[in-house]
Amino acid sequence: MSASLAPPAGPSQAARIGAFLRACFAGPLNSAITLACLVVLYYAAPPIWDWAVGRATWSGTAAQCREAGGACWAFIREKFWFSIFGLYPYEQRWRPATMLSILVIMVLASTQRRFWGRRLLVGWAVAAPAMLVLMAGGVFGLEPVATRLWGGLSITGIIAVYGLALGYPLAILLALGRRSELTLLRWFSTAVIECVRGVPLISLLFMAAIMLPLFLPQGVTLDRLARVLVAYTLFTAAYMAEVVRGGLQAMPRGQYEAAEAIGLSYWQKMRLIILPQALTITIPSQVNTFIGLFKDTTLVVVIGVFDFFTTLRAALGDSQWLGFATEAYVFAAGVYFVLCFAMSRYSMHLERTLQPGTR
Amino acid sequence: MSSTTSAALPTARGLIRLPGGATQRGLLIQVALLLGVVALGWWLWSNAQVNMAARGLQFGFGFLERSAGIPIGEAMIAYAPSDTYSRALTVGLLNTLRVAIIGCFLCTIFGVLLGLARLSANPLLRGLTGGYIELVRNTPLVLQLVFWHAVMLQMPSVRQSINPLPGVFISQRGLKIPALLNEPELWAFLGAILAALVGWWLLLRRERARQIAIGERRPTLLPGFAMLLGFPALALLAGFVPTVEWPVMAGFNFEGGLALSPEFFALLVGLVIYTSAFVAEIVRSGIQSVHPGQGEAARALGLPNGRIMRLVILPQALRVIIPPMTSQYLNLTKNSSLAVVIGYPDLVSVANTSINQTGQAIEVITIFMAIYLFLSLSTSGLMNWYNSRVALKER
Repeated sequence: MSASLAPPAGPSQAARIGAFLRACFAGPLNSAITLACLVVLYYAAPPIWDWAVGRATWSGTAAQCREAGGACWAFIREKFWFSIFGLYPYEQRWRPATMLSILVIMVLASTQRRFWGRRLLVGWAVAAPAMLVLMAGGVFGLEPVATRLWGGLSITGIIAVYGLALGYPLAILLALGRRSELTLLRWFSTAVIECVRGVPLISLLFMAAIMLPLFLPQGVTLDRLARVLVAYTLFTAAYMAEVVRGGLQAMPRGQYEAAEAIGLSYWQKMRLIILPQALTITIPSQVNTFIGLFKDTTLVVVIGVFDFFTTLRAALGDSQWLGFATEAYVFAAGVYFVLCFAMSRYSMHLERTLQPGTR
Repeated sequence: MSSTTSAALPTARGLIRLPGGATQRGLLIQVALLLGVVALGWWLWSNAQVNMAARGLQFGFGFLERSAGIPIGEAMIAYAPSDTYSRALTVGLLNTLRVAIIGCFLCTIFGVLLGLARLSANPLLRGLTGGYIELVRNTPLVLQLVFWHAVMLQMPSVRQSINPLPGVFISQRGLKIPALLNEPELWAFLGAILAALVGWWLLLRRERARQIAIGERRPTLLPGFAMLLGFPALALLAGFVPTVEWPVMAGFNFEGGLALSPEFFALLVGLVIYTSAFVAEIVRSGIQSVHPGQGEAARALGLPNGRIMRLVILPQALRVIIPPMTSQYLNLTKNSSLAVVIGYPDLVSVANTSINQTGQAIEVITIFMAIYLFLSLSTSGLMNWYNSRVALKER
C-alpha cells in the first residue's frame, strides 16, 4: 500500500532513451524528419567541431594559428583583457576590474529573493556612484581617466547599470502619469512614451550626440558617455514604463478602492499598496525587457563609443592578427549569449515562483 | 459611519472639487507641468538659436532643395549625386521601406515554420529548433548583422561566384537573380494571377453563404487551385509571356538580372533571422494558449485535421498572436536603421551624411524621427484594425 503512495521514481535511463527513440520514429513522417535532422547534423557538426576544437590553436602566435587552419583561440586569449578594459590605462586596470567585481556581486545579490527590499536599494544607491567614481577618478587620490579611454565590457556594464538605475524611477513616474486622472499629465506621459518607443534607439543616440549640444547653453559641453546615457536612459524609461503600466492595470480595482477607503493619499496609496504589488508581478517582464535593452547597448557603436563588441572589432585591426574575425564574433556572441540566456532562465524561474498561490 | 468616510476623502482636506471631479491641487499640478514644458522648450529653443547663429547656420528646411552630392550605391528611383537633399532622403526612405516590407513578409513565413517545428512531436527537431531559437534570440542584432556582412564579403569574386540555382549567383558583389522586365506582358500575367485570387475569394464567400443557408459545403480547394493555375496559363497561351532577364557573365561583371547588394542581402538575412526567432516564440505560445480540449472537441465532432487547425485552433491562436506580432513588425522596421553599421544606404544612413554635410542637425533628425513615428503609428493602427476583426466578439 505505502509503496504505491510513494512518489513514482523517475524512469530509468534505458526507458527514457527508449521513449525518445519511439517518439523519433513514430510514423513515417516523423521518421523522415528524424532522418533529415540527422543528415543535417552529419554534414554540419563535424566541420564545426573540427574548426572549433579539432584543429583549433589555444595558445601561440598568429603564424601557428594559420598553420593549424582551425579556430585561433590564441587570438581571443591575446585580446581578452583588451576586450574587457579597452584603452583604459594599463597600470589603472585594477579600477575597472574592481568596478566589474562590484557589479557582479550586486547582480548576484539582486537575484536572491531574501535580499529584496530596502537594503538592496541602499546597496545599489551606494554601489552605482562608487562604480562611476572608480572609473572616472579625480577624487580620493585616484588619477582622473577621461571617458574616451573607457571601453570594453566595463563600459557595457556602466551603460546597462546606469541606464536601468536612472531609467527605472523615470519609468515608474511615466507609468503613473499615463494612468493619472489629470488629463494634461496623462497626455504628456503618453506622448513621451509613444514618441520614444516609436523611433529607433539609433535615432535617439544620434539626437543625443549631434542635436543635444545645440540645445545646451553656449560653453556647456556634455561628455560623450553622458550623452549616450541620456538617450539610453530615456529609451529604458519608455520601455520599462509600459511594463510597469501593465502591472498597474493588472491590479484589481478593489486594491485602489481599499487604499482610498482607509484614507491614504495618492502617494501613500501608490507607495504602500499598489506599486509593491504591481512591480513584483511584472518582474519577469522587466527582466525580459532588460535583456532586450542589454543587447541594445551594442548600438552605441554608431556614435563611436567602444563597448565590448566594438572593442573586439577594433582588436581585429591588429596587423599581427589579421583575419580572425570569425573567432572574435563567436567569442562576442558567446559572452552575450551566456549573459542573456542566464537572465532569461532566471526570468522563467521567477515567473514560476512569483505566481500567486506559490511561495 | 458616513462621516468617517467623508473625513478621509480629499474634499475634507480643504481641497475644493471643481466640475468634472478635478481638484484644485490637480489643476495646479497640470498648470505647473504645462508651464514647465513650455519654459523648457523655450529655453532649449533659444539656446539652439544662439548656437546655430554661432555656427553660421539658420533654422529652416531650405537646404532640402540644395544639391546633396551624396553618392548612394543603390536607389530604387533614378538618383544622381547632384540631386537635392530631399531626393536623397527619399531614396533612403525607399531603401528602408524595401528592406522592412520584404523582411516582415519573410520573417512571418520563417517564424511560423520555426514555431511549428518547435511544437513538433519529433523530439530531435524540437530540440534543434529550440537551441537555434535561443541562440539567435540571445545575441545582439548588431553582432549578427556584422557577421552576415563579413560572410558576404568573404564570398568568392564575381568570376568564381557560387551558382546554387540556375540564374542565381552569389559573390562578393552580392546576389544576382533573374529579373522580370517591366512591360505590358508582365502586368497582364500578374493581373491573371490577381484575377484567380479574387475568383477564389468570391468562390469561398459563395460557398460559405451556401453553407450558412442550407448547411452543405462543396469543396473549394480544387476549383481554387484550378483557377490559380488556369488563369495564368490562359494568359501565357494568349501571348502575354513575361520576359525573364537572366544574369549573364560578361567580362568582369554580370549583365542583366536583378542585383542585390551585399549590404542589402546581409541586412535582410540578419533582420529576418533575428526577428523570425521572436516570431517563432510568439507562434508557439499562441498555439499552446488554445486549450487542448478545443481540438479534442473538434475531433469528436468529426472534423478532419486540416479543418480543426483552420476553423478551431488558428482563429483562437491568432487572438494571442496578433498583438505581439505587431510589435515584432515595428521592431524589424526600427531595427532596419542598424543598416548604418554595415553601410546600407537607408534613411538614417543618408540622414547622417546629410547632417555631416549641412550641419542642419535639428531639421534632419526631426524629419527622420517624424517618418519613423509615422511608420510606427500607421503600422500599429493597421494591425489594431486587423486585431479588432479577429478579437473575441462578445455578444
